Amino acid sequence: MTYVVVGAGPSGVVAAETLRKADPSVDVVLIGDEPEPPYSRMAIPYYLTGKVDETGTYLRKTDGHYDTKGIRYLEGRVASVDADAGKVALEDGSSQDYSKLLICTGASPIKPPVEGLDSPGVHHCWTLEDARQIIGVAHEGADVVLIGAGFIACIILEALVERGVNLTVVEMEDRMLPRMMDETGGEMIKRWCEKKGVSVQTGVRVTKVQYSDGAGDGHLAVDLDNGSQLPANLVVVAAGVASNTGFLGGSGVKVEDGIVVDNRLMSSVDGIYAAGDCAQGPDFSTGGWSVHAIQPTAVDHARVAALNMVGQDAPYRGSLVMNVLDTMGLVSVSYGAWEGVDEGEQSVVVDEEGFKYLRLEFLGDHIVGALSLGRTEHVGVLRGLIQNRTPLGEWKTILMANPQRYMEAYVDHSQ
Amino acid sequence: MQKSLNIDPEKCTGCLQCELACSYDNEGVFNPSKSRIKVFKFEDAGRFVPYTCTQCDEAWCMQACPVDAISLDTTTGAKVVSDTLCVGCKVCTIACPFGTVNYNSSTGKVIKCDLCEGEPACATACPTAAITYVDANWTGLDKMRAWAEKTDAGTQVSA
Repeated sequence: MTYVVVGAGPSGVVAAETLRKADPSVDVVLIGDEPEPPYSRMAIPYYLTGKVDETGTYLRKTDGHYDTKGIRYLEGRVASVDADAGKVALEDGSSQDYSKLLICTGASPIKPPVEGLDSPGVHHCWTLEDARQIIGVAHEGADVVLIGAGFIACIILEALVERGVNLTVVEMEDRMLPRMMDETGGEMIKRWCEKKGVSVQTGVRVTKVQYSDGAGDGHLAVDLDNGSQLPANLVVVAAGVASNTGFLGGSGVKVEDGIVVDNRLMSSVDGIYAAGDCAQGPDFSTGGWSVHAIQPTAVDHARVAALNMVGQDAPYRGSLVMNVLDTMGLVSVSYGAWEGVDEGEQSVVVDEEGFKYLRLEFLGDHIVGALSLGRTEHVGVLRGLIQNRTPLGEWKTILMANPQRYMEAYVDHSQ
Repeated sequence: MQKSLNIDPEKCTGCLQCELACSYDNEGVFNPSKSRIKVFKFEDAGRFVPYTCTQCDEAWCMQACPVDAISLDTTTGAKVVSDTLCVGCKVCTIACPFGTVNYNSSTGKVIKCDLCEGEPACATACPTAAITYVDANWTGLDKMRAWAEKTDAGTQVSA
């Protein structure tokens, strides 16, 4: 038996380790397509700021980890999957047979249809190589334009500010973090950024990036649809990501927003599984099927998929979307159905001056979603309350009056 | 035999010695806000509940860490944060459904109970034996564990 895992991000690595642990008798092959040891994209901002070196981004720190675990690591990029033959073809012309296949190919940044984004000095901030390029240009005082103000953009934002660049953020939607924060939260983060000296332009589109071959870092000019132009030494594009599924054409594997998987993480093709950012799996909040491109879902998916692959019965009850972001010291958190649900109720407390905000969304007797700004104590318990569907009882009334007492509600309920 | 923290809220008087001992032992300051154990006060019921990490088997914090900075201390069973490896991304603070991993903004790292390498300062400091460190199979942790298992995160089985 040979289990092949395609993709060496957090999902692929955790899956390979889980497969190995659950069934010591099989061959486990892990295929990664970057010329680095498996690493965490989440750690890249901390590499940009110098908080860690490159090795600090590695998913596993021990030399020879994969050999020691009996995982065969293969560097290469899968070009196609032949499900009938049980074979993946690699771009270098070689192939790898599999008994069961797990696809953990993650996602890639989207390049918006804007002229000039292929110019020198325009980068995504997605891979370690991207980060090296950015470090080479993002010196103190450099003019940097960040296209996008979503979750990934905001993570990079802080790192760029710490590097001392002169930063302008351009977001086409009407607020920062449109998919993680409501208007109140998004506006609060924007105000915080501006207070810290970062220019944030929302509701503005980049129409063109022009490059003129100058000395040093080169010269870029960024045209906006409000008629203004920004000079830049560096343009960073963080305008969203899309699942990597292109190589599955002709394989029979059903793809929508991502690879459609059942509650055992198996795709529409028997023996082919998917996990992480490329998988469209059970959604805890909606009961439907969603791509939740977040670290906790990536590793949950990986473990569940691997256990089912080795023949255990490991049903997955759905991922809860959750995010945490630190924007120059302002910590924001979102969970589940934070936008609210039909027939739901809401409890909100806002302190505009103190940059604090808390919004709880209820359905009947339990919490279904939450947003929080300016709070780091015990935030995880919101996950517990949501995923346990904890019946709040008398605490419902208390939380409707003061949502900040959620931790007490939890502790009281756990006794 | 592995030991666990056993918490008996009935015996807690709310003196907060545990919080002071924890913050001093781990962070070098007498500051309850830096404590890894927290006493919750339920004024109406006149009740105090000390609350901290149960070192749950599911270890969501450890699973979710993107840089392998949380590891299992096989002697004590504690899930321990490495200050060297932690980058401060806070994913563990939202992944832990008990809210027992917190971010320490003064160090830029997360903090959680690590059982003080087998000599928990909170248990030593507690004057009423509301917090004790005893054989794991003896403790009332079963209730907390049952609670942990109910948390619908991921799967019900583990490798």
